[in-house]
Amino acid sequence: MQRQIRKLLKVYVLRMFSSMRVDLRNIFPLRPARVHEVCGPTAISFAAMAASGPCLWIREGWLGDTITPQGLLRYLDPTQLLLARPKDQIDALAVAEEALKDGVLPYVILEITRPLDLREGRRLQLAAKAGGTTGLCIIPEGMGSNATHTRWRATPSFDAAEEDSTLMRWEIIKNKSGTNGAWNVRWDQKARRVHVVSAVAE
Amino acid sequence: MFDGIRKRVVCMWFPRLPSDRVLRARPVSGPFAITHKSNNTERIYCLNSPAERAGLTRGMSFADARAFCPDLISQPARPDLDAHFLAILRRWATRYCPWVGWDGADGLVLDVTGSTHLWGGEEAMCDDMRARAARAGLSVGLGLADTRGAAWAFAHYGGAGKTLEHLPVAALRINTQVVTGLQRLGLRTIGDLSTAARAPLARRFGPEMMLRLDQAMGRVPEPVTPEKEPPRFVNRMSLPEPIGLTEDVMGITERLLVPLCDKLNRFEMGARKLSLTLRRVDQSSREVELRLAAPMRDPHRILPLFERGVGEVDAGFGIDQIRLKATQVEPLAVQQIGSVQASPDRLADLITRIGTRIGLDNVQRYLPADSHIPARAFRIVPAAYTRPDSSWSTCRPRPLRLFPPEPIAGRGHTPPDRFRWRRMTLTTGRAIGPERIAPEWWLEGDTWRTGLRDYWKVDTREGRRLWLFYTPQNPSWCVEGEFA
Repeated sequence: MQRQIRKLLKVYVLRMFSSMRVDLRNIFPLRPARVHEVCGPTAISFAAMAASGPCLWIREGWLGDTITPQGLLRYLDPTQLLLARPKDQIDALAVAEEALKDGVLPYVILEITRPLDLREGRRLQLAAKAGGTTGLCIIPEGMGSNATHTRWRATPSFDAAEEDSTLMRWEIIKNKSGTNGAWNVRWDQKARRVHVVSAVAE
Repeated sequence: MFDGIRKRVVCMWFPRLPSDRVLRARPVSGPFAITHKSNNTERIYCLNSPAERAGLTRGMSFADARAFCPDLISQPARPDLDAHFLAILRRWATRYCPWVGWDGADGLVLDVTGSTHLWGGEEAMCDDMRARAARAGLSVGLGLADTRGAAWAFAHYGGAGKTLEHLPVAALRINTQVVTGLQRLGLRTIGDLSTAARAPLARRFGPEMMLRLDQAMGRVPEPVTPEKEPPRFVNRMSLPEPIGLTEDVMGITERLLVPLCDKLNRFEMGARKLSLTLRRVDQSSREVELRLAAPMRDPHRILPLFERGVGEVDAGFGIDQIRLKATQVEPLAVQQIGSVQASPDRLADLITRIGTRIGLDNVQRYLPADSHIPARAFRIVPAAYTRPDSSWSTCRPRPLRLFPPEPIAGRGHTPPDRFRWRRMTLTTGRAIGPERIAPEWWLEGDTWRTGLRDYWKVDTREGRRLWLFYTPQNPSWCVEGEFA
């Protein structure tokens, strides 16, 4: 009886908190054992900031542009990065599932080029849960999957004050365990973490 | 029984090795010849016995042979495969004695001293050799004697009831000019030669001939050099009934893999590439190749990696022979088992597993390269064959994403205030630059044909931070990258 009451109380408190405005610190180092999504022009740097350890970056082989290690250096050590270049998305998903399930690399970043259906999204979630790893899909705008835990949009903003700026606007546009929100953030290279500049009204 | 003094040597001569090798796989009832192209002419290299009966000889031009014998079937010679076949025969011959060496390109020499009694005597051993060669479809000449030279002579020129003295001088392994010279002197057999005076003959024909005679007679020793056997990491299993289920094939693979890994462990080697050959009932075979990201010899780690490849194989009417070979091995020292985490192993396993799906070369990592040109300042290399290198540095900010240059409208040597890029109208908020980068003229490439580039980092009011360049020698503006 007592245990049931405690459980109910816990659920109530959680709900109360989630109805409050969500804080970036509670959700930004992305929740492990889940798959998240990000879209927008600076999705790649969002992914690099989210991955703070050994990481597998899955990118289809036919994509013409390159991600440079010199550019990544600011956010992530390129020696910790492994690249996989599958020929199509089927292979990319297979590789992602394998890597998520294995759990050697705590971060798996997957660039997708066509929308995932519910089955594919759910399989990725289950694989991430099995391996305790964090998955992040970089998606084109509007190609989100329903199975994702959170979905973000990262857009750059102009910073009139600072020259070498990384000012960005991050919006969380889908959140399975809380409300949505938006922040203006900047990467602090010395501390190697994200600073919220000023909260923006929703 | 072996008395410890007399040496016994067997020489095996395969007179039709190239044609027998081909005819074993594809028998032909009529005349058959192997041709070899030399001096711009197809010549006959080897014949089977019907072709010899039809009057063809070795060294004859192939066109003449076709004229003599219109139904002649032929195939080009493959001396490399013949040598490989002879190596297989050498391995087979070690069943008679451990001391087996090559003898030219078409023969073997066995030092059977002390091992003949295992086969019930010399005659029984020779009969066994002949029977097995005949069953394998090989014609063989056998010679058994006290010396290697005599064994060679009997194998090539021997007949029933002949002694060494009755054999022609050509049986001494001497060249044809010397043979002709000896015949002109009336010395036709080895017996004639051995009774003739030595000194004048040695003066006339050189010491070589006398050495050969002495070797045949046993006055000069001639050892048999056994070949060094490199360790072979192959296992094979033939099945009494064909199998087709994936788990059956995996079960057999496990039974082959465990002894193979034991052997690898004994030689302190690790497999880098494995190949599983599944021979089907219809004689065709399917191959499953496994490339590993790191040398490995743990059966329980390698076995799951085969699952994907084996699952894709079409078993047809069943598989009746499975062969597992480590086609590429690397030294892998024995490691101490400790409490340290075995993380690199797990990573290598993951790379292998991913590699079996997308190809091992498609799992890559970045390595630094020494160049000012942003696209050449790093290399992308397969992760399985390289170690990470941590000497990364940048003095100037570099874009996160590089793409092939996309031209934009613009004039002058400072970035345009407004421009259109990818269907977006962008306004320059701040431009930092220029950073001049000169082309690397010592490298080929079309991308830098336009000459020097002045790079600018342009922060647009819309938010996008782009990397633009201006080519002063060939005035135009392009976007080449994007900062985050």
